Parts: sequence; structure tokens; C-alpha cells
Amino acid sequence: MFGNYITIPHLLIFIPLIAGLLNFFIKSEAGAKLWSLLAAFATLGISILSLVYSKNNDLSGLTFNYEWLKFIGASFSVSLDGVGRLLTLLTAVSFPLIFIATYKNSYKNPASFYGLMLLAQAGLMGVFLASDALLFYFFWELALIPVYFLCSIWGGEKRIQATFKFFIYTFAGSLLMLIGIIYTYLQTAATPFSDHSFAITAFHSVLVSPAQQNWLFWLFFIAFAIKMPVFPFHTWQPDTYEQSPTAVTMLLSGVMVKMGLFGLIRWLLPMFPQAVMKFDTIVIILSITGVIYASLIAIKQDDLKRFAAYSSIAHIGLMCAAIFTTKTIALEGVMIQMFSHGINIIGLWIVIELIERNLGVRKISQLGGIAHKAPVLTIMLVVIALANIALPLTNAFVGEFMMFSGLFQYNIWITVFAGLSIILAAVYTLNMIQKVFYGEANTLTATIKEISLNEKLVLGLIVVMIFFAGVYPQPFFDLTKNTVSTLLTRFK
Amino acid sequence: MNNVLQIVWLIPVLPLIGFLINGLGRKNLSKTFSGFIGSGVILVSFILSCWVFIQVKNGNTHVAHYYDFINTLSLKIGMDFQIDQLSSLFLLIITGVGFLIHVYSTSYMHDEEPKDFAKYFAYLNLFIFSMLLLVMGGNFIIMFIGWEGVGLCSYLLIGFWFKNNNYNDAAKKAFIMNRIGDLGFLLAVFWLIAKTNTTDFHQIFSLVADTQKNPLSTFDITGITLLLFVGATGKSAQIPLYTWLPDAMAGPTPVSALIHAATMVTAGIYMIARSNILFSMAPFTQSVIAVIGLATAILAATIALKQNDIKKVLAYSTVSQLGYMFLGLGVGAYTGAVFHVMTHAFFKALLFLGAGSVIHAMGGEQDMRNMGGLKKYMSITHITFLLGCLAIAGMPPFSGFFSKDEILGEAFKQNPLYWGIAVIGALMTAFYMFRLYAMTFLGKFRGTHEQEHHLHESPAAITFPLIVLAILAVVGGWVGIPEIFMHGGHRLEAFLEPVFAPSNDIVAKHHLEHSTEYMLMGISVGGALIALIYAWSKFSKYEKTTAEETGIGKILSNKWYVDELYDAVIVKPRQSVAAFLNNVVEKKGIDGFVNGIGKGVNYSSRQIRLLQSGQVGNYVLLMVIGILVLFIIQFFL
Amino acid sequence: MPVNYYIFLSVALFCIGVVGVLTRRNAIIVFMCVELMLNAANLLLVAFSKMHHLALGLNFPNLASEAQIFVFFIMVVAAAEVSVGLAIIVMIYRNTHSIDVNFLNRLKH
Repeated sequence: MFGNYITIPHLLIFIPLIAGLLNFFIKSEAGAKLWSLLAAFATLGISILSLVYSKNNDLSGLTFNYEWLKFIGASFSVSLDGVGRLLTLLTAVSFPLIFIATYKNSYKNPASFYGLMLLAQAGLMGVFLASDALLFYFFWELALIPVYFLCSIWGGEKRIQATFKFFIYTFAGSLLMLIGIIYTYLQTAATPFSDHSFAITAFHSVLVSPAQQNWLFWLFFIAFAIKMPVFPFHTWQPDTYEQSPTAVTMLLSGVMVKMGLFGLIRWLLPMFPQAVMKFDTIVIILSITGVIYASLIAIKQDDLKRFAAYSSIAHIGLMCAAIFTTKTIALEGVMIQMFSHGINIIGLWIVIELIERNLGVRKISQLGGIAHKAPVLTIMLVVIALANIALPLTNAFVGEFMMFSGLFQYNIWITVFAGLSIILAAVYTLNMIQKVFYGEANTLTATIKEISLNEKLVLGLIVVMIFFAGVYPQPFFDLTKNTVSTLLTRFK
Repeated sequence: MNNVLQIVWLIPVLPLIGFLINGLGRKNLSKTFSGFIGSGVILVSFILSCWVFIQVKNGNTHVAHYYDFINTLSLKIGMDFQIDQLSSLFLLIITGVGFLIHVYSTSYMHDEEPKDFAKYFAYLNLFIFSMLLLVMGGNFIIMFIGWEGVGLCSYLLIGFWFKNNNYNDAAKKAFIMNRIGDLGFLLAVFWLIAKTNTTDFHQIFSLVADTQKNPLSTFDITGITLLLFVGATGKSAQIPLYTWLPDAMAGPTPVSALIHAATMVTAGIYMIARSNILFSMAPFTQSVIAVIGLATAILAATIALKQNDIKKVLAYSTVSQLGYMFLGLGVGAYTGAVFHVMTHAFFKALLFLGAGSVIHAMGGEQDMRNMGGLKKYMSITHITFLLGCLAIAGMPPFSGFFSKDEILGEAFKQNPLYWGIAVIGALMTAFYMFRLYAMTFLGKFRGTHEQEHHLHESPAAITFPLIVLAILAVVGGWVGIPEIFMHGGHRLEAFLEPVFAPSNDIVAKHHLEHSTEYMLMGISVGGALIALIYAWSKFSKYEKTTAEETGIGKILSNKWYVDELYDAVIVKPRQSVAAFLNNVVEKKGIDGFVNGIGKGVNYSSRQIRLLQSGQVGNYVLLMVIGILVLFIIQFFL
Repeated sequence: MPVNYYIFLSVALFCIGVVGVLTRRNAIIVFMCVELMLNAANLLLVAFSKMHHLALGLNFPNLASEAQIFVFFIMVVAAAEVSVGLAIIVMIYRNTHSIDVNFLNRLKH
């Protein structure tokens, strides 16, 4: 009887949730860190268990559901399909990495800091697991709120301004989505208990006319586009990344931006296929413009954090475009790329964090010659940077290759234009490497110390993951195969 | 002894192991050990390659499938290695020349600190690994993995002395220019996937050869081959993407010999030779390749005439020779191009290593104006270098003669104009090579006394590879003796026949009259000989002058101002576009709009706030007015 | 008696209340005017209740005085309001020695 209620999806949500709430009551800093690390590892363990637990990849494989608000047709139902497994795994992997990498940082009021981090993890897990629209919206907001506090309390100098912008921006998007959800809900078929239903199956089979789809599509799309973010909804991101504490930035860029992509795959595409077919060109052009635009701007950035932010915008834009091609090969590429991008960008942030902690600056113009004193750090960064520009045998290559390939099948000229980003990525990444790591050391960078063992361990782990997924990406494809094929049956 | 084909995976994996040992243990390994490991793994690979070659020569070709790299609903790409005539020949060149250069490096890089020394060998091994993947790949993806991998190693090795920012710039330039080419390559692969749903060489080529089932239209094939050629121009330094190669000379000299002369830059030729059937079916692309190749050959040769840096001359000479190879590919002389790749690998590696030996003796000096008369100090280097020069100048019976002559002959069949221009290039080649030779080894020494005192012949680890390569540069061409000299003398053509057979079916071969062939040979050899003697006599008495170059000489020594042109047309506009986007569009435009909404809300609330006067009477009045309005709406409207 | 008379009376009372609230500055008088308005509403409720009762009462005896119950609610609310309001006025008087409502804009500052 117990097993009917406590299952893997529940554990994935409730371990961080409860651990996070308990964390607020821990007095000592070391205790808070240890406790949150333990919780993160426990979640990771569960997540790995979910990979082996069931070979069954379909949506019903791990679905559990009990009534929540019966009278309006909402239920607390969570399920774990292929893409869900992939992204919960990414979430579960990210948090231990983040905690270990920032283990040496001390925050004022650590109990709340780590508590909020874990709450954000619970929210993220919920977003990836929810198979009920109201629950999805609930977790969507739950993930946002801790991040708001994390940025506005522990952030940099201009944190209030940046966080406010971030919050209002994403919140406005969420409200549009809420309108969309409620409207769609009112169109769903009746259930035994209520007139309508919030269940994902009801939403996926909802009957709305093409005219209604047209505007419903935009309600949802703008919410997801802000979260990803897609050009021109991206300007909150560099500011927020710059001002947030790095641990939070890792969380934001590694995992949280995937919420938008996930939303597209899980909700938007199956719900409004006609509208997707209608607006695909607009969305793809917007995304690709964003890719080139962000790549060009990345060349000009002096702050490492803003640099990474724009680089991330470019990568996400490509994924968004690939999703809208609705080509099998592109979607398969997106799946693996969502995971790879998370790992790579977290690696990049860790390196930036190490430099900033060590030297106190992160302006590219003030750095240089780090390679002399910190060769290991340099090697790790170079590997991560190469993964960032999708060099073969690193994890990002397979994904980008397949996404571009899908894009090519969609339209040749858009691909040629998007392909410029391959070159531009090399330009900005190599520029950064050269200016930060090569050349002669200046008085400041001469004082840098080589990274410590646990930092080597974290970065080493990331590098191993980069190569593993780059050399043998097949497990990722197997994991998400069914999600892709089920999704695309709607577009045949 | 078929089982060697079962362990071909060892050939690339051994250098990878060497890379890992040297890379991970670079702090703890002694120089002797890392040099030994670095060279040793390549030697074993070379021995295996020889074995493989013998097997292939006996007719055993093989495609090994190891695991599914990508296996999805839409696409299936295997980790496949293809062993056939073409790849086994390249295996020999790569591991053979690679091994010699590793041996050479143990001495050449000996002044480095142990950890840098180990790093150097790690990179070099990684390069060999990538290059082997490139030639062994059984589909375009595995090839592309190697293709990008060699670009990466080239980047790492050019920027090996990373303290110097000029070197870093050169490294970055090489990588980015290669990336431009890579984009072309990738687009071609996407195109292939879109049309044939596979990247496998065997499948694509057999699909294309089958006129019934061919899924590719002529337009497709032309587009794909043009894009592949764009990829080749990046990697093999052709117009318009050649400018990185001369700059790449910033790397250590053995690197220039291995990567930027013997192996990596020939990847484009390998790729086109591998997909020869596609190119044979696209006559338009072929003429583009021929014209670009020819133009590159001439342009680079003119620039080489006026360079004073010993490595820069060799670099432009490499670009020029690569141009000849592309000319060969363009006129359908695939065997000739591959033949030239092989002989070029021998003599150009030899010349670079010889130049390295000279630079080593001169204490890092690369300017030929400060050299001269080195003949009496460095006899082995001198003799081997001379042999290399003769080979590249196309003097019979040195190797370069046979391969270059084959390309020229085929070019004549296609279009006599090609031939005419190519011969002019060949004359220039002879001229600048002997200018280089004379300025370096003949005449009297023009450097400082300190340098003169320091002059010495290089140690055995340097001279041994020179001698081996010199022998190869002399005899290497004898595997491809033209029919007119010896019946069945072109053993290379016979060996490679299975690879190029499908193309040969498409392109009808016509043979030249023997008399014409003799005449063509006579003109090119005679002309080169005159150029050679002229350069020899002129530059053996070279004196240092301070006079500025004028007229055409100035343009040539400034490399036709191509770098400046690219800077003005591409780099600068890109910079200013980026700055414009960052400062105006992003900050003022988009972000300004977003912040403007926030500011607008702020402003309007500040205005509306004034209504909140605090006077209770006002509130009540407003309430009453509100109610009256509601009444009016309710009852009268 | 027709219901119109009650309505007129009620409207008259309400208007007196409104005008009083708008024009008077003495907080206690304002309060009394508010009460006047409330009672105008009460009067209407009672009147309408009676009217409907006469129309339907025979068939639905239970409907008899439902509307009149609201009057009690309003009276309770009014009483509560007066007690709170008077308390506030007393406090204001202690602070400012005045019960002029125009002085009540202090919160603005």
C-alpha cells in the first residue's frame, strides 16, 4: 500500500523539498553544507535508480497520480518518461556538482541559502515530472521563487535591480501561460468528478480550433521563450547571471533554462500542432537570429559571466530552432544537447567561479597568462570550451550535428546562416581562452594558485562526462527514443 | 595472416595511449621517457601500418565496424574504420613520416622543460591519432572527427609557446579559418544525410554509381562537392582560406613539417580522392577545383619569391604545391594528386626538418638574410636539403619530377592553358627554392660572430630523419614511373586502381602522343633548370642591403596585401557589427525597451499617486461620482 | 401604502447623508451622515421585503422576512463600525485636539 504512494517520481520531488525545509533549521554552516550535499546525493541516487528501474520508456511507465483538487479535475500526478528521466538526471547531477564546486564559498546565513537551493531543485524536479497542467504551473512558479530570493539576497552589487527585472519578466511570462492553461482547461472534456480536467492526457487531446490555437500558442510560447531565453526576450539573462552568486547562475543556466525547452516538448508541441506548423518559420528565424546576434555580442563582452551568458543564449536558440523543425533527427539532437549543454555550461561557470574566487576579478581585460601557474585549470577549461564549440568527440558535437542536420532538412538557407555560429563560437571562445589563459601573466594573475583536489575532482568529472557522451552517445538516444517518436506522430 | 585487419583499431589507439601517458604524467616523466613513449607508439603504429599495407596489397580490404556511434530512428552512424588501398597508403605516410618527425623532435625540443616536453609529445601523438581517424574513418562523420581533431592539434601546437601573443593569434587564425572550411564540410554532410540518409562511404558511393537508384540529382552532387571543396580549401590552405598556413609557422619547426606540410594539409586532397566518384560526376566542381588550385599555386609561388623568412618560403611553397595537387584532382588525375601528396610529404618534410636543423644551428634565427655559407658547417643538412630542393623543383629522377609531371600531363589533356600556367608556377618553384638554398648554404656567412661561433652540425636524432627522408625524396617517385619510360612502371596507379575505378569508368581517359609527352616534360624540366641555375648564380653572391623593396617586389613581399584585405573586409566589419549590436541594439534597443516598460510603470504610478491626496472628502466625492457614473451607465446607456 | 413613498423617503435620506459626508468637516457629523445612508438602505430593504411578502407570501410562507434579516446584519455592522470609528476619532482628538477630517491627511506624509 505504501508503495502506491511513495515512488521514484515522488522521491525525486520530496527528498529535496523536505531536506530543503529542514535545512532552514540547521544552525552551523558546515552542517547546512553537509546536509544539502547529502540530500543532493540521495536525489542523484534515486535518479540513477530511475534509469535502471524500468526499461519501459513510455509515458505510462512510471505514472502515479492521486486526486488533489478533485472538484476542478486537478490531481497530483507525476510521471517519468524518457525526456523526464534525462532532465531529472541532469538536475540531480548538477546539484552535487554545484555544491562541491562552491563548497569553499561561505555565504551569510548558509542555512537559508542551501535550503532555498534545495527548494529550487524540488521545483525543477516537479516541472520535469508533472503530468498535470496545474501541477506543472505550480512547480514552474515554485522553481522561480527560491531563485528570486537567492539572487536578491546573496547577489552582487546591482542585485535588486537585476533580480527584479528577472522576476517580473519571467513572472509576466508565467501569467500568460496561466491564462493559456485556464483557457485550454475550459476546453477539455469532462471527467467523472468535474466538468474539465487538468490532466496531461486531457490537454494533449484537447479540441481547440485553429484560430484559438493561434493565440494560445503565443501565450505558451512567450512564457517558454522568456525562460529559455529566445531573442528578443533574453535581456534579463546577462544581468541576472552577472549579479547572481555563481552557484545560482549555474543552477539557472545549467538546468533552469531547460524548463523552457522542456515546456515546448512536453506541452506546447503536442497541444497545438497546427499552430506549431503555422508559426514554425517565425520561431526558427527568431531563434537563429538570436543565435548569431548573441554570438556576435559575446565577442564584445569583457565580463566572463556575461560572456558565458551570451554563449548560452546562442546555444539555447539553436535548440529552440531545432525543436520547431519537428524533424526526428533534430529532436533527437535536442535531447542529448539539453543534457550536454547543462554539463558544459556548469563546467564553464565553475572555472569562472574558481578564477573569481582566486583573483577577485572576472574582467577579461584584467586577466591573462593563467596557464603558467594553473595548468590543470587551463586544461580543464580548454576541454570545456572545446565542448562549448562542439568539437567532435565532445558531448556537444553529436547534438549540434543532429540539430543542424534537421535544420538543413527544414531549410538550407537558414542552416547556412545558422552555421555562421559555428565559426563565431570558435571566434569568441578562442578569444576568451587567449586573453584569459595565454600570454604573459600580469601582476595580478601571477598570484593565482593551482586548483585544489576537490575542484580537480569536480572538473575532472565534468570532463569525463563530456568525453563519455561524446564518444558513446547511444545511451542518451535510447533513453529518449520513444519520447521523440510519440511526439512526432502528431506532426505526420 | 588476415588477422592484422582485425586489430587495425590499434593503429590509432596506440598514439592515443601515448597521448594519455604523456599528457597525464607530464609532471613526473623524464624527457627521455616521454620522448621514448611518444616515438615508440608511433613506431608500433607504423609497423602495424606496414603489415596492413602488405595485406591490402594482397587484396584484402576491410571495413571494421566497432560500435554504433549514433543509432537512432533517423540516422545510423557506426564507428567504422575503412582499410583499403587509399587509406593504407596514407597510414604509411602518416605513421612513417610521423615517426621520423617524432624522433627529430626528441632532439629539436630538448631545451624545453620536462613538462612542456611531455606536453609537446602528447599533442603530437594526439595529432597522429586524429589524422589516423581522418584517413581510416569509414564514413564522413568519423572522418570529420579526425578532420576537426587535426585542426585542434594544429591550434594547440601553433600556440605551443603560448606566452607569445603573436603565436596565439596565429593559432587562433588557423583554427577559425579551418572552421570556415569545416562549415562547408558539415553542410555537405547534412545535404548527404538529407538526400541519402547515410554518411557511409560505401553506401553513398554505391548509391551514386547506380544510375537507377541514384537519389542525388546533378544539382545535389554539384552542391555537395562544392561544399566539400570549401572544407578542403580550409584544411588544405587554398584560396581564399590559405592565409593561416604561413602564419602557422609560429609553431615549432617539426610541427610545421608534420602538420603543415606532410599530413594535415593534405587532408583535403585525401577527402576529395576518397569521394572521387562524387567529384567525377560534377564537372563544374572539377573545373572550380582546377582553377582554384592553379590560382593558389601561382599566387603562393609569387609570394614565395620575395619572402626572407626561411619557414615562410617553405610555407608558401607548401600552399603552392597543394595547389598543384588540387589542380590534379580538378583534372581528374586522382592518382597523380595522391602521388604528389606522397612525394610532397617526403621532400617537404625533409625541407622543413632541414630548415629546422638550420634554425637550430643559428640559435633560433629564421631570416635568410642573416644566413649564408652554412654548407661548410653542416654537411649532412646541406646535402639532404639540396636533394629536397631538387625533388621539389621537379628534376628527374627525383621524386617530385614524377608526381608533378603526371599532374601537368593530365592538366594538358584537359586544357593546355592549365598546363601553361602550371609550368610557369613550376619555374617559380625552382627559382624560389634555389634562392632559398643559395641564400642559406652558399656564399659567405652574414650573421653575427656569436652565431658563427655557435654553428654546428645537428645531432644524430636530427640528421637520421633527414637522411631517411632524403632517400625517400630521391627514390619515392620511382613507384610511379610513367608508361613511356617503362611499361607497368606506374605501380602506384595499379595499386590505387580499385579506389578510383568508379571514376575512371565515368571519365574517359585519352592518352597523349609519346612525342607530345616528351615535349611537355622537356619544357617543364628545361625551364625549371634554367630558373634553378639563374637563382643559384644570383643568390649565391647575395649581399645584405637595406634598400626597400619597390613596385611589384613590395607587393609580393607584403603577400599581395591579402591579410590586410581580409582584415578590412571581414575582421573589422565583424568587430564593428558586434560593437554596434552590443552597444546600440542590445543596450539601447532591446534592453532599453524592456527597461522602458519598467520605467513607464514607475512613472505612471508616480503620477497616479497624486490622486491619493489624503483628503477624505475627495475620496468620498470620487466615490459618489463613480456611483453616479455607474447609475448613468446602467440606466441610460 | 405604495412602495414608492418608501423609495422616495429612502432616496431623500441617502442624499442627505451623501451631501452631509461631502460637505461637513466634523468627523462626528460625517459619521452620523454615514449612518443615515445605511439606514436609508435599511428602510428600502424592509419596504421591499414587505412588498414581496405581500405578493408571494400566501404561497411561500417561509419567504416572509428573509430580507429583513439583512437589516439586522447591517445594523450589527454599523454598530461595529461606529465603535471602531468613534475609538479612532477619540484617538485623533487626543493627538490633534481636533476632529476635523481635513486634518486626517497625515498618513500621506
